[in-house]
Amino acid sequence: MAMKKKEATKVYSLKKEQQRAAAVMMTPLLITLILLFLLPVLLVLIMSFTNWSMTTTTRSYVGFRNFLFVLNDGRFWKAFGNTLFYTGIKLVADTGLALFIAVLLDKKIHFRRFFRIAHFAPVVVPITASSLIWLWFYDPGIGPLNQIMSWLGLPSMQWLYSEKTALLSVILFSVWKGLGYNVILFLAGLQSIPESYLEAARIDGASERQVFRKVKLPLLAPVTSFIIMMGIINCFKVFTEVDVMTPNHGPLESTLLMVSYIYDQSFTRGKMGRGAAAAIILFLIIFVFTMLQRRLGRKEVSFD
Amino acid sequence: MSKHLRSRYPFTTLFLFISAALMIFPFAWMLLSAFKTPADVYNYPPKWIPSSFKFTNFAEVFKKIPFIRFYANSIFVSVVQTVLQIWISAMGAFAFAKLDFPLKKKLFAFMQSSLFVPEIVTIIPLFLLAAIAGLVDTYTGLIVAELNCAFTTLLLLSFFQTIPNELIDAAKVDGCGYFRVFLKVILPNSKTAIGTASLFAFLTHWRSYMWPLIITNDVKMRTLPIGLKYLVTETGTEYQVLMAASLMAIVPVLVVYMFMEKEFVQSITLTGLKT
Repeated sequence: MAMKKKEATKVYSLKKEQQRAAAVMMTPLLITLILLFLLPVLLVLIMSFTNWSMTTTTRSYVGFRNFLFVLNDGRFWKAFGNTLFYTGIKLVADTGLALFIAVLLDKKIHFRRFFRIAHFAPVVVPITASSLIWLWFYDPGIGPLNQIMSWLGLPSMQWLYSEKTALLSVILFSVWKGLGYNVILFLAGLQSIPESYLEAARIDGASERQVFRKVKLPLLAPVTSFIIMMGIINCFKVFTEVDVMTPNHGPLESTLLMVSYIYDQSFTRGKMGRGAAAAIILFLIIFVFTMLQRRLGRKEVSFD
Repeated sequence: MSKHLRSRYPFTTLFLFISAALMIFPFAWMLLSAFKTPADVYNYPPKWIPSSFKFTNFAEVFKKIPFIRFYANSIFVSVVQTVLQIWISAMGAFAFAKLDFPLKKKLFAFMQSSLFVPEIVTIIPLFLLAAIAGLVDTYTGLIVAELNCAFTTLLLLSFFQTIPNELIDAAKVDGCGYFRVFLKVILPNSKTAIGTASLFAFLTHWRSYMWPLIITNDVKMRTLPIGLKYLVTETGTEYQVLMAASLMAIVPVLVVYMFMEKEFVQSITLTGLKT
């Protein structure tokens, strides 16, 4: 009886000790989460319903006026359209090319390490510095791209300096920048396919093309959906490269994207209420895709 | 054997060489161009190989912008952020992984939900808060607002869970408190995970753009990614100088990458660092 009681107090005190330790060790994390996440999210919600501005001090409740303004703003829809265009083109180019290169890299070839390093290098390099290199590439007068075009017998282009090609130029840059990331993901996916599956298909007389289409591609489905979903989410967050390469949203605002629009409203024009409303709309779009991505399968951390 | 391999996939190898060359071309262009003279650059057709290899452009960078100051700012801010972030995350991850406390699941969900919110959403109120607190143009302002620990905590948490509880129990029997367990058992047993998380955190902070752009006005407080832009002018950018500056900004990262390729790839792909 006494033993049991002693045991019980021991368990009890162990529990207490754990709770005390957890309180101490969780505190910094909770402070950062409250300060950098909870408080800002609450504030942005409040701001979106006020005429909060950087230039004036009057802050009054305006109901849904900011949301109505944003949803009736031609520039917002232009930014939305541009972002969709950006996402569509980048995703198709990126996913297709990445898969193709990953399949090639999956073969037993020489210089594999070199090829991997080369394709991944642009991912590693900070965006600003690499955008600045491409800024020169795209210079219509003294840039190397137009020189290459003339070697190939193609007409020279205005690249970032024409409304027709500015956004495409940014997309081309970001495909170069992000390709290696998807290559590595696809490659990891390909290499995790058990050799026995492939052997079995080959013994049954499948050609390499059939092996790819009927065995590898279906088994890559989780990786592919991850890449596409993350790709969409990340495309909606693009800011740095467009801001560096086309500082004023490009010719006729042809490179105005969602984040640039929000940034422009909140910080350039100082209309933080409108910016906040637009930010919430963007959040909702990203949220839908995030939920879809999680639905399509990813392991959850469990405490069991 | 090797001959056999090479002849087996000649087109694959050739294609990969071309594609790799395209990927590397911008870096090669930057490297060559950093040495070009203005005449090389403005020549028509433009020269691809510099006419001499002098370091004039590098000297020009230091004359035109406070480059060392930008570099020092970037290093200081990113290192402090990385250390703080990993420390905070590791403690939190330990509590989540190995301790039992009330509201654990709720707090975990709370932390996870912070991952759904893009930077542009929180940056508007964060700027206001920082302005009220007088943190514009301060290192504190630069550092604190970007201590987003949720991702690194998750990363470390999934690793800490694999550390056997017996190790912790043994240390407890020896009379260690939980904090000592964390220091003496958890940390030494998770060097790789901490390394991966640190590399991820450092790369994120090193390339950070939007927050430093908003929170600093003073040239002296600018970090490297923002500072480089001072070399771009509407009246005509001196590209050769810009390339010298970019080269100096990129090379340390590239060199470390070539030596630690595996770790880089791991920390970026595992964590989904924004590209």
